[in-house]
Amino acid sequence: MSRQYKLVSCTINGKQAEKMVDVRASLTDMLRDDFRLTSVKKGCEVGECGACNVIIDGECFNSCIYLAIWADGKEILTLEGLAGPDGELSDIQQAFIDETAVQCGFCTPGFIMSAAALLNAGREFTDDEIRRQMSGHLCRCTGYENIFRAVKKTMLRRLGKEKEAEEV
Amino acid sequence: MYVGKSVTRTDAYDKVTGRTRYTDDLCDRGAYTARVLHASIAHGRVVSIDISEAEKIPGVVRIFTCFDVKEKHYFPTAGHPWSTDPEHQDVADRLVLTEEVRFYGDDIAAVVAEDEVSAAQALRAIKTEYEEYSFVLDVQEAVKEGAPQIHKDYPGNILKHTTIRKGNYEEAVKEPGLVRVEGWYETPAVQHCHIENFICYAQMEGERITVTASTQIPHIVRRVVGQALGIDWGRVRVIKPYIGGGFGNKQDVLYEPLCAWLSMKLGGHLVKLNVSREETFVCNRVRHAIRSHIISWVRPDGTYAARKLEAYSDQGAYASHGHSIAAKGAGAFPQLYPCENIEVDAYTVFTNKPVGGAMRGYGIPQAMWAAECHTDEVAARMGMDPVAFRRKNLMPKGYKDPFSKNELYYDSFNQCLDKAMEAIGYERKYKEYQNQTGMIRKGIGVSVFWYNTAVWPISLETSSCRMVLNQDGSVQVQLGETEIGQGADTAFAQMTADALGVLLKDVHVVSCQDTDVTPFGTGAYASRQTYTAGCAIRQTASLLKERILTYARDLTRMPVYNLDIKEGNIVRITDGRILMTLGELSSEALYSMTNSQHLTAESTAQIKSNAYSFGCTIAEVEVDIPMCRVKLLDIVNAHDAGTLINPALAEAQVHGGMSMGIGFGLSERLLFDEKTGRTLNGSLLDYKLSTFMDHPRLKAVFVENPEPTGAFGTKALGEPPVCSVAPAIRNAVYQATGAAVNEAPLNPHNLFLKFSEEGLLPD
Repeated sequence: MSRQYKLVSCTINGKQAEKMVDVRASLTDMLRDDFRLTSVKKGCEVGECGACNVIIDGECFNSCIYLAIWADGKEILTLEGLAGPDGELSDIQQAFIDETAVQCGFCTPGFIMSAAALLNAGREFTDDEIRRQMSGHLCRCTGYENIFRAVKKTMLRRLGKEKEAEEV
Repeated sequence: MYVGKSVTRTDAYDKVTGRTRYTDDLCDRGAYTARVLHASIAHGRVVSIDISEAEKIPGVVRIFTCFDVKEKHYFPTAGHPWSTDPEHQDVADRLVLTEEVRFYGDDIAAVVAEDEVSAAQALRAIKTEYEEYSFVLDVQEAVKEGAPQIHKDYPGNILKHTTIRKGNYEEAVKEPGLVRVEGWYETPAVQHCHIENFICYAQMEGERITVTASTQIPHIVRRVVGQALGIDWGRVRVIKPYIGGGFGNKQDVLYEPLCAWLSMKLGGHLVKLNVSREETFVCNRVRHAIRSHIISWVRPDGTYAARKLEAYSDQGAYASHGHSIAAKGAGAFPQLYPCENIEVDAYTVFTNKPVGGAMRGYGIPQAMWAAECHTDEVAARMGMDPVAFRRKNLMPKGYKDPFSKNELYYDSFNQCLDKAMEAIGYERKYKEYQNQTGMIRKGIGVSVFWYNTAVWPISLETSSCRMVLNQDGSVQVQLGETEIGQGADTAFAQMTADALGVLLKDVHVVSCQDTDVTPFGTGAYASRQTYTAGCAIRQTASLLKERILTYARDLTRMPVYNLDIKEGNIVRITDGRILMTLGELSSEALYSMTNSQHLTAESTAQIKSNAYSFGCTIAEVEVDIPMCRVKLLDIVNAHDAGTLINPALAEAQVHGGMSMGIGFGLSERLLFDEKTGRTLNGSLLDYKLSTFMDHPRLKAVFVENPEPTGAFGTKALGEPPVCSVAPAIRNAVYQATGAAVNEAPLNPHNLFLKFSEEGLLPD
């Protein structure tokens, strides 16, 4: 079978990018292999674990079951693009540190990207809604407890509810 | 002082920004990809493998089959310290590729290709012919006469049988007035499900082979790769970067030997072997399924007269950690509720199934399932409150184990029970949930556990540490003990800072182990690292301190006994004056034109003690009887793990263990096809790992009784949090429904069977 390649041009972490990619390649493979964005993790490669999640045009996707060629014309954000230009952390990254929501760290990039997408909605979610929204990710280290705290506290703080955040 | 403070993880920033490099992130893109061909029968012999079509696929470099393994170097895989005594060596029953197939998924050939797609295509194009034998999947069937023989040296498929005898069981049961309580308890095979699958890559440099692997045990991997390839161990270099979880699966040597063998066969070319999630479920390791039979003879006053345990552990196809798991579990039985007359028999039995290995808790979760389900049944039969019954019979303060010399120095069990009961409001809820009727009922249940820290005296306990002073007075610390996500590096940094008298920011723990440069240490298992590495850190820091102060004597003209290091300064003890900073001293020492010295220290601590770690779980559930569903409403774990080095990390560690225990109790199990031996649910979709939606808020509380035998008062916490969770959930369901569900997990399938049997289901 001869290989077919196609030009993908997209924005990755705010920068314009162009690459010839194998039409069968996943977005995970393109981001990891061609752009060396290794925060995009492979835990199952079939959309079960969420370790590869990235934000595409504002919405979070499993990049392992998203073809690289579909990224043409899209804006992609990976964890590497979430911190500021001088390495200053976003609130959700800082919350993951403060709430001890990080252990082995392998699921962390995907979780933070989903949390970032959730927080960008700018509204308050119930506990059940947060759990449902984050349930596309698997983690074996944390029992999800501290991740829950990090997400909920950041959500409340963005809504100016500092006191409620302290009580989470 | 930093010990006892919740300082931020040393690797936290890297992990939230995506900077952390794991094995796959480090591998050069020029690597060949290796994929393993797995057997599609449960038991038999490979007669032939036709690779002619597969070889033609563009991108395929070479295909190796089991028939290419000419030198048969059988090797063990367990992540145990090596023993120079052949009697204590692990069973060497593996080859890098095997002609003899012992389970559906055994490794019979490997494709090396330029890319993953070609490798996958080649796997599908290989044609294999087998001679099939009959197979056996159940331990009780496997020990019967006439059962298929899986390994020729183990008649009856029994890998090992050990016994514990105390007093005289047969005589003791004749005491008049005893109540006999008997039960069978069963836990299934489950998988570790670390989110990073196993991966490694290998290449040669000169005559040596370097293997970079996602492992918990780099120094052990080095030895086993040497054994598997039949080369001197010094020719093997193993590098362990950050890993995405292990939980015991990576406390086994997995595909490092095969990957190294492939590289050597290809002139030392870089070869990467990345295991898929589906292979992780079938071809790595699983938790041993254990079936236990307990008989207790109880006096009317609620004390035990005699007890008997038989445990049958399902080893699967290869020995791996073998009988150690069943032995550890069975060994916990006589001590949990001490009794004068005890008979314990533990059997580990080969079956044609995926291989049982180490998994968080190492036999204790299975043992506590049996022991603590049984305890509630005994309490019920005696008409006693389950907590009161436990308090009456549990290992008391002052208990000493004659073999390990372990001692229970505090009233830990009662303290843990008190804390957990208060945290969840046990007394009120227990009363409220008694004698319910109706189809939706609530219940609350308790389970306790104990767990040994480290492996002494069964096996070697050793930890080596190196500390190197930099020009600026900061220090590099190296240990063979590994960071696998639990936060070990952070605990090591805290302990070093305190032991040496420097600021935490000036301690740089080298996270990566490289067997060429890292001091010898056996790795992450047995919840040993904080305890054992703590000893090596304390000892090495005092050596380095002595060298620093001796050098300071010449610079300050003060006697050593008047000097100390505090917060990175050389301080005169008598008046507290700072004489110089450690950085000034270190720069002087390195660059002195008269007395140049690189101030370093390295030492080995052999640990000939061990420590009991204790705790309990209390779980509250709601049971929907017609739907056969259990909803976990609330749960708390209480632990006495001694002094907490880092309370926030300790709490996080407990959460993770509780989560694994919830899965073990409610949803997880591997299923096998009776007709073929194939694993039926080897994917994250079909295997029911707990998600965000399956947990209530997780509570962790601690009793901090300082452990007298340790360097920093700490003891096991890595594995303990998983040990008592599942039986606590089961006991809550028992209170709610009266149904004694003795087979884990409490999923609708098992509950339906039990509820039907008990007549609980509506017509």
